[in-house]
Amino acid sequence: MFYKTYFRQFTILLFLIFTVKIYKKQLINMRIKRLLSKENEAIANADVNLDLLNPLIEKYKNKKGNIIPLLQGTQTMFGYIPKAAFEKIANETGLKISDMYGVATFYSQFRLNPVGKHVIKVCHGTACHVQNAGSITDSLKEALKVNDGGTTEDGLFTLESVACLGCCSLAPVMMIGDNTYGKLTSTQSVKVIKEIRLKENN
Amino acid sequence: MAKVNITIDGIKLQANPNKTILEVALENNIYIPNLCHHEDLVPAGVCRMCMVEVEGQRGQVVACKTLISEGMKVKVDSPEISVIRQTTLELVQANHPQDCNNCKQNNNCQLQQVTAFVGMNQKRFERMRKTKPFIEIDNSNPFFNLDHNKCIMCGICVRTCDEVQGVNALNYGQRGFNTIISTFGNRPIKDSVCESCGECVVRCPVGALYPKNTQIPAREAKTVCTYCGVGCNIFLGVRGDKVVSSRGDRTSIVNKGRLCVKGRFGYEFINHPDRLKTPLIKKNGKFEEASWDEALDLIAKKFSTRKKEKFAAFSSARVTNEENYVIQKFTRAVMETNNIDHCARLCHAPTVSGLVQTFGSGAMTNSIDEFYNTKTVFSIGSNTTAAHPIIALHIKTAKRNGAKIIVANPKEIDLCRHADLFLQQYPGTDVALLLGMIRVIVDENLTDKKFIKERCENYEEFINSLENFSLENVEIITGVPKEKIAEAARIYATNSPSSIVYAMGITQHTHGTDNVLAISNLALLTGNVGKESSGVNPLRGQNNVQGACDYGALPDVYPGYQKVNNKAAKEKFEKAWGVKLDNKIGITHTEIINAIEHGSIKALYQVGENPVISEADANHVKKALEKLDFFVVQDIFMTETAQYADVILPASSFAEKDGTFTNTERRVQRVRKAIEPIGDSKPDWWITSEIAKRMGAKGFDFTDVEEVFNESNSLVPNFAGINYERIEKVGLQWPCPTIDHPGTKFLHREKFATPSGKAKFMPLTYKVSKELPDTEYPLLLTTDRSLYHYHTSTMTRKVKGLRILDEEELFKINPEDAKLFGIEDGEMVSVKSRRGEVKVKARVTDICQKGVVSMTFHFFESPTNELTICEVDPVAKIPETKVCAVKVEKF
Repeated sequence: MFYKTYFRQFTILLFLIFTVKIYKKQLINMRIKRLLSKENEAIANADVNLDLLNPLIEKYKNKKGNIIPLLQGTQTMFGYIPKAAFEKIANETGLKISDMYGVATFYSQFRLNPVGKHVIKVCHGTACHVQNAGSITDSLKEALKVNDGGTTEDGLFTLESVACLGCCSLAPVMMIGDNTYGKLTSTQSVKVIKEIRLKENN
Repeated sequence: MAKVNITIDGIKLQANPNKTILEVALENNIYIPNLCHHEDLVPAGVCRMCMVEVEGQRGQVVACKTLISEGMKVKVDSPEISVIRQTTLELVQANHPQDCNNCKQNNNCQLQQVTAFVGMNQKRFERMRKTKPFIEIDNSNPFFNLDHNKCIMCGICVRTCDEVQGVNALNYGQRGFNTIISTFGNRPIKDSVCESCGECVVRCPVGALYPKNTQIPAREAKTVCTYCGVGCNIFLGVRGDKVVSSRGDRTSIVNKGRLCVKGRFGYEFINHPDRLKTPLIKKNGKFEEASWDEALDLIAKKFSTRKKEKFAAFSSARVTNEENYVIQKFTRAVMETNNIDHCARLCHAPTVSGLVQTFGSGAMTNSIDEFYNTKTVFSIGSNTTAAHPIIALHIKTAKRNGAKIIVANPKEIDLCRHADLFLQQYPGTDVALLLGMIRVIVDENLTDKKFIKERCENYEEFINSLENFSLENVEIITGVPKEKIAEAARIYATNSPSSIVYAMGITQHTHGTDNVLAISNLALLTGNVGKESSGVNPLRGQNNVQGACDYGALPDVYPGYQKVNNKAAKEKFEKAWGVKLDNKIGITHTEIINAIEHGSIKALYQVGENPVISEADANHVKKALEKLDFFVVQDIFMTETAQYADVILPASSFAEKDGTFTNTERRVQRVRKAIEPIGDSKPDWWITSEIAKRMGAKGFDFTDVEEVFNESNSLVPNFAGINYERIEKVGLQWPCPTIDHPGTKFLHREKFATPSGKAKFMPLTYKVSKELPDTEYPLLLTTDRSLYHYHTSTMTRKVKGLRILDEEELFKINPEDAKLFGIEDGEMVSVKSRRGEVKVKARVTDICQKGVVSMTFHFFESPTNELTICEVDPVAKIPETKVCAVKVEKF
């Protein structure tokens, strides 16, 4: 009798351990994903000067296939696509707001939240993955106090994991703006951030 | 059209061209598995389940997107097709939960059907199953849930929301494995633009979108929806004595299966515990339960001493034709007075008085389904999507078919999203706007001269009256840029068939009749009357307001608009009813209230109305009702007005009785009993007949409503051909004078119903509204409707979901005005007019133009009609509830 109960508890424990392990594995798999992470899925709405959009809307109004150029133009202007811009474009062009949202979330190039001044792209391609890119992202997360895809409170940095930056010989790699940093360790990557922050603060 | 010959699986078939293989197959009972196909929608071809082989073509084709052609030979099954289907199905099933018994769609699920047909390999797909995290069920909407985990991405809901409803609340969001059906910003459905119509829910092939409370009924009764004048055909589902579901009748010519949120989910009020169940008699200021005998005897006793001019009756636009007939017969034959009216006085009285002058008949000239072929829809003073949602759907379909839509409204209503042109005039300036358009049409020579010459009179006189309406003047009066007015006029005149749609925005003015005349002038000038898909279409508000007018619940006419002061008509009814009748025209709704206040009317019999909330200047109504000697209210709920009653009689709702409703397009349709009357309630016709019998009257021994219907129709030439047998399946549109007459789809085909047979142009002048904003009361208040509520919401607020979707009155104000008065969105404000004060929550929105504020009148906590003015139209006696001056203060 007793033996049986213990056995059952033991199997449950084993099962739990395994599920946690599988879940962890899954998390790692999910790391390489789009910028729009679960927690900030809502579309940001900041005070932006929407009148800047007028020439853009005028140009693409009543043209077929205008959603993508309109969204791209908006993102160039504000760095992301604010909620109010979606609404303005929908009102003035007759495009459907849910269609635009569908397109904007389909392409990874579109951002629905403001990004920091510097976008950090940490490569998680095969070569970088093997060279422990995970630890770089982890240490940057800790240093910047943000999640993957998040932006720091001071608006300086946005941390992003990307699939491949195309310079595998330098693995592990990250890009900040147009600068590429190769053969990194986690301490080095944090140092780079610190230097940029120092520069910005002066 | 020449038929096309095709062969499916060796069976020779003939079909119309422009059909797809799938459509032809399904029509001929050949099943081809499909998941993303729906007959109302444009084929999308996303599920790849309907793959077939066509002889002479390589590989497989999608049956739902391939049009048939002459001599086509189709094979619906082959080993290759089976393999393709099975693999596709397994990929779908791989991410579909396997708990069918726990699913609301069980037994009704298309995926089950397809799986049973195609078959699948359990092992193969189990291996493919993603360990996908569970996505929370979106249960924000009070009527239905969205379970993303069960979704198979067929896109039927997305296409329905776009193609059927024109709302576009849903679309695919995210990418790849993360793709879900999403609203804008992936917000909960309740916070999106969703109108909760549930069209997507009924079309969802699996259990991803499913209703919350609707149950599978044990039996169904085909009847007519009790909300609004469209008259949608519905099936009420019943379990025991409870109504548990409602669905649209897809074969119906009126709504084609479509319903709005009220029709589909708003049936909860029928079995609501607050329903009146026994007669109540007020004793020492308190209502006490009484037996029917006690109540009816008391009423008979009190009424018999207050006959003739001491008595008045308010009939109801919510009860059936038969009941209206009985109530007006009771008033005229037993109480010996013509003082009977109903709330059509407060909505479409100018339509009746105006259109009778010009066309000879005051009803919608066309049918609802004629909107499909209309080229121009001119909607003025009608919030169509909110007040007549199903007609709005037909208008949106017209737009899809290439029609142009012009909207003229002081508020930027929802229909503006679909409009080609939007004219935002100031409230109460419609005559100027319409005559401005007419002037453009005359100046630019766009008139239909042949039509004017052959079918109209009084044209010269009318043309001479247009002098003051130059576009410059009209622009100043209406605030609409003159280019837009001219553009609207050109579209309306040249892009025919054109149809005008109007509602309360036109009629509820002191110059309501003038507004209606201006509309008929516009239609006559361009020859847009008396033809298919073109005419003047007043959208009637309540479910049976057309019928209540038709069956004589008006002070000046017997059933069928036969004048009470016409000797022949009077004699006819005297003979039929066996009594002497009064030939004096009775007094109207607004005048009855005044007469009560002056003490000349002592007793009031009111059926299914709530004037304390619905009548303009409500405080005045309350004061008047207190003065009554004897006040009988017959209703299904304890309304605000019922509080003033001496006796309250519990009536049955539409689901508990038989009868007919006449919808806005003059179609007489059958209402059928779904459940037995709740508690001790009785149908209205029974109650009124009982009172009459207890007063010793003859001619009220009706055993059922069919008897009433036959009696009433025998007295009205226009309805003589209508009987229950003929309207068993499809309603008939009057005029229908003989038993073999097919009913009249549109009016005035050959001649108008005026005495001369010709339509009459009416010269007009522009009159300003009675109370305009001034320095003390600087804002102009106009009234509006909400999609989620109906009239004084005695019924809709008993439905929990509708209460959640629209919980309180909102005072809508333009951002600039809000800034000026220091009002923030969402704060409580106090709105004052010269007649009353109302506390209400502010909503800052630019749908209102500057200087104009708007409120609905659905909520008793903030009774908007305490603010409105009771100045009436001199002809139609309708109060001006659309324009009054108010001021607003922070509360």
